[in-house]
Amino acid sequence: MSGLFAFHGGLKTARHKTESNRQPIQPSALPKRLVVPLRQHIGAIAKPLVQAGDRVLKGQIIGQPDGYISAAVHAPSSGTVAAVDQRPVPHPSGLPDWCVTIETDGEERWIEREPVAYRTLHSSETRNVLRNAGVVGLGGAAFPSAVKLNLGGRRERLDTLILNGAECEPWITCDDRLMRERAAGIVAGLRIMAHLLDPREVLIGIEDDKPEAIAALTAACAGTGYAVRPVPTRYPSGSVKQLVKLLTGKETPVDGLPVDVGVQCFNVATAHAVHRAIDCGEPVISRIVTVTGRVRRPQNIEALLGTPFADLVAQSGGYRDGVERLIMGGPMMGFALCDDRVPITKAANCILAAGAEELSPERPAMPCIRCGACADVCPADLLPQQLYWHSRAKEFDKAQDYHLFSCIECGCCSYVCPSQIPLVQFYRYAKNEIWAQEKEKQKAELARQRHQARLERLEREKQERDAKLRQKAPARAEVSAEKPSLEAAVARAKATSPAVVEAGAPATSGD
Amino acid sequence: MRFRTVTSPHVLADTSVGRVMRRVLYAMVPGALALVWFFGWGVAVNLALATAIALAAEAALLLARGKPVSAHLSDCSAVVSAWLLAVALPPLAPWWLTAIGAVSAIAVAKHLYGGLGYNPFNPAMIGYVVLLVSFPREMSAWPLPHGLGQPHAMTLLETLRAIFGGELPARFAADALTGATPLDVLRTQLGLGLNGAEIRNSPVFGIVAGSGWEWATLGFLAGGLWLLYTRTAAWQIPAGMLGALAVVATVFYLVNPQRYAPPWFHLWSGAAIFGAFFIATDPVTASTTPRGRWVYGAGIGILVYIIRGFGGYPDGVAFAVLLMNIAAPTIDLYTPPRVFGARRQ
Repeated sequence: MSGLFAFHGGLKTARHKTESNRQPIQPSALPKRLVVPLRQHIGAIAKPLVQAGDRVLKGQIIGQPDGYISAAVHAPSSGTVAAVDQRPVPHPSGLPDWCVTIETDGEERWIEREPVAYRTLHSSETRNVLRNAGVVGLGGAAFPSAVKLNLGGRRERLDTLILNGAECEPWITCDDRLMRERAAGIVAGLRIMAHLLDPREVLIGIEDDKPEAIAALTAACAGTGYAVRPVPTRYPSGSVKQLVKLLTGKETPVDGLPVDVGVQCFNVATAHAVHRAIDCGEPVISRIVTVTGRVRRPQNIEALLGTPFADLVAQSGGYRDGVERLIMGGPMMGFALCDDRVPITKAANCILAAGAEELSPERPAMPCIRCGACADVCPADLLPQQLYWHSRAKEFDKAQDYHLFSCIECGCCSYVCPSQIPLVQFYRYAKNEIWAQEKEKQKAELARQRHQARLERLEREKQERDAKLRQKAPARAEVSAEKPSLEAAVARAKATSPAVVEAGAPATSGD
Repeated sequence: MRFRTVTSPHVLADTSVGRVMRRVLYAMVPGALALVWFFGWGVAVNLALATAIALAAEAALLLARGKPVSAHLSDCSAVVSAWLLAVALPPLAPWWLTAIGAVSAIAVAKHLYGGLGYNPFNPAMIGYVVLLVSFPREMSAWPLPHGLGQPHAMTLLETLRAIFGGELPARFAADALTGATPLDVLRTQLGLGLNGAEIRNSPVFGIVAGSGWEWATLGFLAGGLWLLYTRTAAWQIPAGMLGALAVVATVFYLVNPQRYAPPWFHLWSGAAIFGAFFIATDPVTASTTPRGRWVYGAGIGILVYIIRGFGGYPDGVAFAVLLMNIAAPTIDLYTPPRVFGARRQ
C-alpha cells in the first residue's frame, strides 16, 4: 500500500468482528441506579461536588477536575444522589474506589445545553470547556484530551493530526459502528481538534477489514482535506506508536510521546465526544460499548456511564452457557473482571463474555527454549526472551537495560510463545517492582533529609543556648567575648533562612 | 455473577514446544530414509535404539529432579536429540555406543545443566563428541553405501545381530563392509601427496560429494528448507553458516585448486547441510538475536572449514557448533536489535 510504513512484528489473529458489528448501535435501557466512579481517567481523581440527597440533572457536573491532568465527571441521568462512597469499580486490582451513586428518576431532565462558538474563543478557553465536559481518550486509555490538545509551547504547530479508527483488537467493534453511523459527528470533532492544533495534515487510520467505516468516513471527509488511510489488518496497528509509524514513518522516541515528533493521535470516539461537547454542549455521560462473546445477542450499546455491566449483558439477551471469564476490553489487552456488577466507565469499550470456545486452553508453562518467536512478533523490537529471563530472576536493572519500559504490553509475545509462558505478566510484575522500589527510594531519601534537618536543628538550638549562657555571664573572660557573639550571629542568620541551614549544614558542626 | 481473573492476553496461538519438536522430526524423515536406503537397516535400528534410551534417560532424570514426567516426555525434545545423534553414528555401531551417546546427551549435557531450555551445549553434539573422542575406532567404521535392495545388503536380522551381538555374517569380511567416508579419504590421500582431482576419482565419491551421502544431504536440505518455510528454524543461522563456509572454501579453492576441494564439495559433504539446518538451529544453544544468528552461523561455517582443512578430525560440524555454543551468550549481548524509537546508530 502506498504511503504506508510497516512496523516490525505484529500478528494476524482470528477475527471476531461480525458477531457484533451487524446491528446498529442500540440505546441502553435506563437503570434504576447509576454508580459513577470519580476516577474514570488517567490522572487525579475528580473532587465530588454533590452529597447524598442532592438532586442532579442529566449532564450536571458532579466531580470537578483536580489539577491539570484530571477530568470532570457528570451525572449521566437526572435523579437523586444516594451516596458518595467507595464501591467496586472495573479495575484489575478489584479494589473499590470513590463513586457517586444516583437513583434515577426516569425523567431524563437535561441541564441547559449551549453550543460553544469555539472559533471566537481562545484555544485555552476551548480546552477548558472540554476539560469541564469530561472529555478523555475513549479508545481505552482515558487520558484527558484537553492536555493532549495543548502543544504547550513544545512546538509552533503540529505536523500531523491522526485519528485512530484502527480498532485492532479481534472482538471490539464499537468504533466500527460509530464510524459507520456517526461519521459526520467524528469529522465535526476533528475540525475542532484541527482548529486547536493547527496541523499540516490530518490523517484517519482505519484497518482495511472495515470497508463500510472507511467508505463512511471518506464520504464525510469530502472537501475537508482530511485523508482516510486504510491500514493493513495486523494487530497491534491501533497502538498509538505503531499507528503513527504506519501513517507517517516517524518513530516515537523511547522516552517520548508522539508530539515530540510532531504528531498527535486521538481515537475516533474521542473526536465524536469533542463534537458533542462543543457543538451540542453535552458532556461525556455515555459511551458505546461492544457486548460480545457468549451473550445471546452480541451488539453495540450506547450505555450511560455508571450502568452495571450485568445490565448491558441482560439487554444483550443474557449469558449463554459456559462463560468462564468476563473481559473488559479485548482478549489481547483487556483485563478479566471478578464481578459483573461493576459500572461502565469511559474506558470500557467492550464486554467480552468468554468461554472455552473464545479462550485458549490453559496449559502449564514450559521452559523457554529461546526460539525467538516472541522477538519476531514484538512491535517494539524488544527481545522478550531476555526481558523474561531478567524479570524472572528479579534482575530489574538488566531488564531496564533491555528497555523493559518500551514494552506496550500488547501480548503478541505471550500469544506466540510455544512454551505458553505468561510473558506479559512477568513484564507487569517487573515494572511494578521497579515503581515500588523507586517509591521506597524516594521515601528513604525524604526520611534521610528529615533526619539530617533534625540533627542540624538540635545542634543549632544547643549553640543558641550556649551563646545565651555566655551572654548572661560576660564578666568571666574578656578575651573570649568576641567568639560567642560571632557564633550567635551565625546561628541567628541560619535560623532566619532555613534554606541555608539545609544546604550548608556542616559549616557550623566543624567549629 | 462472579468470574475468575487471569491476566491478558486471553487468547494464545495454537502452538507448543511439542509441535515445534515434532516438526523437526518430520523434517528429518526424507534424509533419514535416504540414509536407510543407502547404508542399510542399521540407521533405522540406531534411530529406534537412541530414541528408546533417550526417553528412558529423560524419564529417569525428570523423576529424580521431581519434574512432571509426562508433560516433558511429550514435548519430544529428547527424541529430537536422539535422532540428531543417531543419524551421525555409524550404521553398524554396537548398541552400547549408541547407549553411551544417548545417555551423555540427555543425562549429562541436558539435565545436569537444568533440563530443557537451560543447556548451554547442544546435547546431541555432546553425545557425539564424547563417542568420537572416546571410541575413535568404532566411530569411524562406516559401511560402504549399498542400497537395501542389492544382493549383498544385510538383512534386518543380520543387522540386529551385528549391532547387539557384534557378529558379522560369515559372507562379509569386515573390511569389505566398511570404508572411509569421503572426507576421510580426502584427508588421508591429501597427506599422501595426491592432488584433489585425483582423489575425487575414488569410487567413494559420487556426482558432487560422497556417493550415497549426497542423496541423504538432498533429503536433509529439503527438510531443512521446510523448517525455514514454516519458521520453525531461524533462517539466518543456515544462511550464515553455509554462506561463510562457501566464501572461505571459494577463497582457498581459487588460491590453490589442486590442494583444496571446491566449495560445492564442502557444502555437500559430511554434515554441512544437516548441521546447518538441524544442529546449528537448535534454539536453546544458538544466538537469539537476528544479527547474532548471522554471526553465530558464520562462526560455525568458518570453524567447520578450519577443522576440516587444518584440524585433527575429518569433519568439524560437531566441534564448530559446540565452540559457537560457548560464544552464543556473548554474541547476544553485543547484537541486540534497535528498539522501536531508539536513536539510529
